[in-house]
Amino acid sequence: MSHVDVPVYRPRSLDEAVRLRAEHPEATVFAGGTDLMVYLEAGIVRPVAILDLWGLPELRRLRSVTGGQLYGAGLTCTDVIHAPSTHPLVRDAASTVGAAQIQNRATLGGNICNSSPAGDTLPVWLALRAEFELMSVHGTRRVPAAHFWRGYKQTELRPYELLVRILVPPLAGHMHFRKVGTRMAQSISKVVFAGRYVPGVDAALAFGAVGPVPMRCPAAERALVAGARPAEVAALVESEVTPIDDVRSTAAYRRKVAGNIVRRWLESR
Amino acid sequence: MKVQFTCNGQPVEVEAAPTARLLDVLREDLRHTGTKEGCGEGECGACTVRIDGKTVMSCLVPIFQVHGTAVQTIEGLGAEVVHPVQAAMLAYGGAQCGICTPGLCLSAAACLEEVSHPSREQIRLALAGNLCRCTGYQKVVDAVAAALGQEPG
Ligand SMILES: Cc1cc2nc3c(=O)[nH]c(=O)nc-3n(C[C@H](O)[C@H](O)[C@H](O)COP(=O)(O)OP(=O)(O)OC[C@H]3O[C@@H](n4cnc5c(N)ncnc54)[C@H](O)[C@@H]3O)c2cc1C
Ligand code: FES
Ligand code: FES
Repeated sequence: MSHVDVPVYRPRSLDEAVRLRAEHPEATVFAGGTDLMVYLEAGIVRPVAILDLWGLPELRRLRSVTGGQLYGAGLTCTDVIHAPSTHPLVRDAASTVGAAQIQNRATLGGNICNSSPAGDTLPVWLALRAEFELMSVHGTRRVPAAHFWRGYKQTELRPYELLVRILVPPLAGHMHFRKVGTRMAQSISKVVFAGRYVPGVDAALAFGAVGPVPMRCPAAERALVAGARPAEVAALVESEVTPIDDVRSTAAYRRKVAGNIVRRWLESR
Repeated sequence: MKVQFTCNGQPVEVEAAPTARLLDVLREDLRHTGTKEGCGEGECGACTVRIDGKTVMSCLVPIFQVHGTAVQTIEGLGAEVVHPVQAAMLAYGGAQCGICTPGLCLSAAACLEEVSHPSREQIRLALAGNLCRCTGYQKVVDAVAAALGQEPG
């Protein structure tokens, strides 16, 4: 890779970061760099300027507010694994990202904005009905996770915006997270699942790596709430997910695994 | 750009492109060749170093993010007295070709500091980002467990 001397902006506050974002929409936003450095090395990304969010204290807080929990976009996987108040689904997902050296750098915001269909936290935000706070010099808007990923590697984020916080509302129910990859650590998901279920009331069955964007399975969710048996719900899941064949797995395998994850979870409750 | 940090306690200043990898700065500019390059894409852990105590893949860290931090490489582990992990790796045959060994030692040292009484499972988890093509891991985990005063499993 050819390394060139490009300007680096290192804001000391969130206000400064947002202002710099507006002034330098061409800059590549860096958080932990665990996705970006791979793209740089491969020549897929060639920064002309850099806006560095790494270590910005305001983005690295986890707070409880009246509407739920607010996760700073700059929290690393290690940060949330260790924070006592982290939601169990968020902790489970963060624990499966890479290995320790990756978790020490990989941020929640980077996972969300990189928007790989296999990003391990993505189905969690869907299942928990999280909202993303996108900030710019014009103000802050909240986008539900369900509307954030628009297509393969395409998001709602505008070039002058930053993802600053993730709001997780307080939701009850049984929760389940499951990642299926080649090995326990350092493997990209073949299928990743986050589920939430309040018997007879509400359900969320959210998957990653089975379509261009993370997705829920509305028909299976309705059936589950209406009291369908695990095998019936699983069959609906298998028909709703939209996986493809790729280097990591086949569509048929992913469909089957998606159904099995849901069936086993529901049977084990 | 000019980047200042400490490397194994010594203040250093390097002139490098901002996206230069910490790995290359360590090996080429500072001549600390104990840090190895395996995959160059964050997968293998051969390039593991510690920044402000946390293990990282130095092939994934751009040098501009190192400014103002404290970096520890294998040259700084047990520089004066052999670190217990290093002693145990020797005693238990935890190294063969040795390419993975510097990274493994740093991950193990971090694990021993961060987790008070790690189980074998926790040791395995802490080392999961360090691939070894030679040892089959058993002797490595034995060594780290021994460094803690545990019986080999
Ligand atoms: C060896 C290896 C293993 C991995 N394993 C996994 C895994 O198991 N599961 C998984 O999900 N991922 C995995 N990843 C991918 C990666 O580590 C994660 O996606 C990580 O969360 C990215 O976070 P980051 O802070 O490093 O992002 P960066 O690389 O810094 O940024 C990623 C993208 O997000 C943008 N961005 C970051 N923060 C913001 C923000 N606040 N506002 C706007 N844009 C922003 C950047 O501009 C960039 O486009 C792995 C990567 C490697 C190299
Ligand atoms: S060389 Fe950095 S992880 Fe393999
Ligand atoms: S000793 Fe050869 S790779 Fe580990």
